Amino acid sequence: MSSRSFLESTLQSFAKALSRALLAERAAHERGLLQQLDPRVRLVGILGLVVAVTLCRRLEAVVALFAAAIGLALLSKINLWSLCKRVWIVVLGFTGLIALPALFLTPGEEWKTLPWLHWTVTNPGLHTALLLVLRVETAATLTTILVLCTPWTHILKALRALRVSPEIVAMLAMTHRYAFLLIETANQMFESRQSRMVGILSPKDRRRVAARTAGVLLSKSVELSQEVYLAMISRGFQGEIRLLSEFRMTARDYAGLVVFLASGAAVAWWGR
Amino acid sequence: MHIPDGYLSPSTCAVLYACAASGWYAALRRVKRSLGSRTIPLISVFAAFSFVVMLFNVPLPGGTTGHAVGVAVAAIVLGPSAAILAISIALAIQALFFGDGGITTFGANCFNMAVIGSLVAYGVYRPCAANSDVRSRRRVWSAAIAGYVAINAAALATAVEFGIQPALFHDAAGTPLYAPYPLRIAIPAMMVGHLTVAGLAEAVITAGMVSYLQHADLGLLRAESVPLLQAEFATNAVRESRRIWWVVALLLLATPLGVLATGTAWGEWSASDLSDPRVRAEIATASRSQELPSATPRGLERMSTVWTAPFPGYAPKFVKSPAFGYLLSALFGVGLLIAGSLAIAAIAKRRDRAETQT
Repeated sequence: MSSRSFLESTLQSFAKALSRALLAERAAHERGLLQQLDPRVRLVGILGLVVAVTLCRRLEAVVALFAAAIGLALLSKINLWSLCKRVWIVVLGFTGLIALPALFLTPGEEWKTLPWLHWTVTNPGLHTALLLVLRVETAATLTTILVLCTPWTHILKALRALRVSPEIVAMLAMTHRYAFLLIETANQMFESRQSRMVGILSPKDRRRVAARTAGVLLSKSVELSQEVYLAMISRGFQGEIRLLSEFRMTARDYAGLVVFLASGAAVAWWGR
Repeated sequence: MHIPDGYLSPSTCAVLYACAASGWYAALRRVKRSLGSRTIPLISVFAAFSFVVMLFNVPLPGGTTGHAVGVAVAAIVLGPSAAILAISIALAIQALFFGDGGITTFGANCFNMAVIGSLVAYGVYRPCAANSDVRSRRRVWSAAIAGYVAINAAALATAVEFGIQPALFHDAAGTPLYAPYPLRIAIPAMMVGHLTVAGLAEAVITAGMVSYLQHADLGLLRAESVPLLQAEFATNAVRESRRIWWVVALLLLATPLGVLATGTAWGEWSASDLSDPRVRAEIATASRSQELPSATPRGLERMSTVWTAPFPGYAPKFVKSPAFGYLLSALFGVGLLIAGSLAIAAIAKRRDRAETQT
């Protein structure tokens, strides 16, 4: 890998993280089905469905939940093509590759033999591979739908409803905010390095650039944490975290919660 | 190494959530005690830093690149407790915001990367670096080894979690319901990539950062610029040890409960057990009716006479009561361990004193 492509691939990673965040912000402001429900209902409901799909042992039940996830995405005005690019293809590539050998390695009754290679696909192997891929696809689709339909600040406040400690919620909120600041800083450091680079760096120098950039970022992070702490103290922070919650549950939210939990429980029961 | 939802059974996820939660609880208590109100900004910014480091493409020897986790550098600079929290928060952002790693498997990912990774990195770095100068090359090598070992320990834990799935969670026909490969496939498959690429990426980034800090920001390696972290490194040993002594005393008192257990522990049979028809029947039942050898294996018979324990079966010959025998054996065992530890500590102290004088 050349030095330029190493810098470019790191810059691409940063750009991808930023574009994902922008996409999530845009989708969260659509007027779809999920966006109209209370964030706490969205969080609890979708987590319930993720747990249900993990509990399912029958292929038909997982397929039903996958179909429900697609329906939920359509009703929430999420672009299916972006879901396909962001989740389905990635999961299929990764989990599919992991599940592929299971088709041939799992002992059991023969299903088909591949022409030329003469490898035998077994029925249990096919069932195991399909179950794994579909379960991972469904869970990843549901999690992505939740993230795309809910602004990050709302997810954090909803976490309080699950009795997550305020300190942890505050840490998540600050981490999210400063992650983007540090991505921007690292991006600038790599861009300035790239703009001043004429020749090709040796492999050793490439490693040095990566490690030193990370080192500078570490020093800046520690300085930043001191500054943030002083800023918090100056605003009267005494070590206690209080979070405001302006959410109000309506009849529609309660109905949504019941539908989510009942359907999750029903599918988990059917697929047990 | 980020396990997505669906690879692990719900019960495995629940157990690993409990393991990770105990790590978070202990880490949060220690960090709060040492950092107080600084905990939130310091851990948050460090978690953000770890998150960004995970996006770095680290060039490796051989022309390939890999992603680091940043767990070793967090453990070296912040100490293991703060590192556990920072890496866990970074993993939470990855799972919740970027879908990297599952929600049901979040506990497993934190246990593997944050808890095991931080503890192993710190546990390897401290003895490797020992009392060497903060500017020495030894520190750089220690950091590299700590990063390499920590990532591979986390990968091994992940592989074991995958590998036990088919044995524990399968349908009536034996078809695996979650991760489909047994330990003999999962461990080599997982470790090949980590021993060659991911471990190397972590070693390169950790060593490079420690080397950079030696030249540019030495205080971070001495935990001076994060002053309150000093307390993390110098814990209140007296209070900690007093608590441990209480636990040891309670466990000692509970040892007679051991006599309530019936039967023989699987795999811990003596030569005489294999010739006793009643014990043979018990062994066969416990081994799913696996047929036992007709006679005691010759090797086992020969080796069983090499060493005779002073308290065979935790029952000294001069004691009539089995419960008292258990208690006496426990006291003897604990006493031996304490004497051994004190001897090692005394030797280490003498060596430290000799090094300081030179």
